[in-house]
Order: sequence, then C-alpha cells, then structure tokens
Amino acid sequence: MIPYGHVIILSGILFLAGAVCTMARKNLIMILVGVEIMLNASGIAFVGASLKWGNLSGQAFVLFIMAVAAAEVGVGLALIIYLHRKTGQTGADRFSLLKG
Amino acid sequence: MNLYSILFYLLGIFITGSTLTAITRKDPVHAVIFLIFSFLGSAMIYFLLGAPFLAGLEIIIYAGAIMVMFIFIIMTLRPEKYRPSIRPWLTAVFPGIVSLVLLVMLIRTGPDHSLLLKPAMAAPRALGKTVFHEFWFSVEVVSLLLFVALVGALYLARESGSRKKINAPGKEGSR
Repeated sequence: MIPYGHVIILSGILFLAGAVCTMARKNLIMILVGVEIMLNASGIAFVGASLKWGNLSGQAFVLFIMAVAAAEVGVGLALIIYLHRKTGQTGADRFSLLKG
Repeated sequence: MNLYSILFYLLGIFITGSTLTAITRKDPVHAVIFLIFSFLGSAMIYFLLGAPFLAGLEIIIYAGAIMVMFIFIIMTLRPEKYRPSIRPWLTAVFPGIVSLVLLVMLIRTGPDHSLLLKPAMAAPRALGKTVFHEFWFSVEVVSLLLFVALVGALYLARESGSRKKINAPGKEGSR
C-alpha cells in the first residue's frame, strides 16, 4: 500500500538526476547515460499511473518508450563513434564549431 | 506498513542511491555498472507495480542490451577521463532546485496524490491484447523507427573510406 504520490516523487527524483547528468557532464557518453536515466524514470511514472487507473495503456506506452530508447541509443552511439573518428575526442565542449 | 510498501521504499532508496552514484563517477565504465544496478532495481519496481512483462523487458533491453552496448563503445573508444570540475555542477544546481520545487508543488496540488495503490498484476496476455488491438498503428510506427535507426546507425558508423566513395559524384551528402 503505497501512496500514488510517492511513485511520482521517485520517478521525479530519477528524472532530475538524469537531467542534471545531461546538463553537468562533459563526456558525450555520460550525456547519453543521462538521457537513458530520464527515459527510465518516465517509465516508472507510466507504470504507476497504469496501476492507479487500472488501465493497461500506460504499460503499452512503456513498451514504446523502451523501443524509442533502444533506437535513440543506437543512433547516439553511432554519432559518438563518428565524432570520435573525426576528432579523436568524446568531450562535448570540444565540438564548438557552431558557436558564434 | 506491510511487506509491499517496505519493499517499495527499500527499492526506491537503492535505485536513487545507485543512480546518484552513477552520475557522479568520473569513469564511464563505473557509471554504466552502477546504472545496471539501478535498472535491475527499476525492474523490481515494475514487478511490484504490477507489470511483470515489462520487468522482464527492462532487464533484457535496458540492463542487458543498452548497457552492454555502452560498455562496448567505451571499450572501443577509450574516452578520456575528465577531471571532475565543480563549475558545470554549479550551473546544473539552480535548474535542478527549481524543477524539484515545481515537482513537489505539482504533486501536492495534484488530484489524489495520497491515493493508496492496490497491488495488482497485469497478465502479459492482457498487455499484448491492449498493444495489438488499441495501439497497432503505434507498433507499426515504432517498427519503422527502429528500422530507420538501424539504417542511420549503419550509415554513421561506417568507415570513412567507403563514405567518400559513395559521396564522390555529388557533394550533397558531405554536409
């Protein structure tokens, strides 16, 4: 018997951790890790809401979130390989070509 | 306070701790390994909240496939370890605090935040029926998305020699 708000608070804390990781880290791999943490946190919120309303649509959404996460991480890691092959770096602040 | 809620709070503390440890590690390999524990804990939370099929998928896809792919990439590239500097964390503190305050306010003012969740378990058969009856179009879109991601990843990660050969006749692909 857990209050619904506590599930959302847990998911919110995880989402914040992912967002802070994305904002603060300089390594491109850690930025992708932060995005993964955020997607997982949203999944926990969806499953909690699905249990609250007794509706399976939330769990179906988590299925799609997992597919999107897999696609996103595949393209993201391919981008990191591409950038590393071009410049030999994986630091986000090394790629400042578009900075005005 | 029964076993159900004790398990939930223990798992919550475990997941939060391992995630916070993961995002502060200097070495990406350590971060990924802590994150595997975090995802295993999330799988148990899914099971507790009545989604056994999603718990299995969480272990297979997140902890199994995605994190192993991260470890492969880290071992292939050997990324340089950055000195942990305090400045980027300070820039992230202010948006973090603002979002935390907004989150707590939203939850406190939202409808029935203190509603007690009754334990239930969704059979994988029922979930499959929901996905393929109500969301059949989304399934098609997601399959297309996975295909596009596959093609994009193959194109991006190809050797640069074959890229030049493909792009030689026209210059439009060189951006």
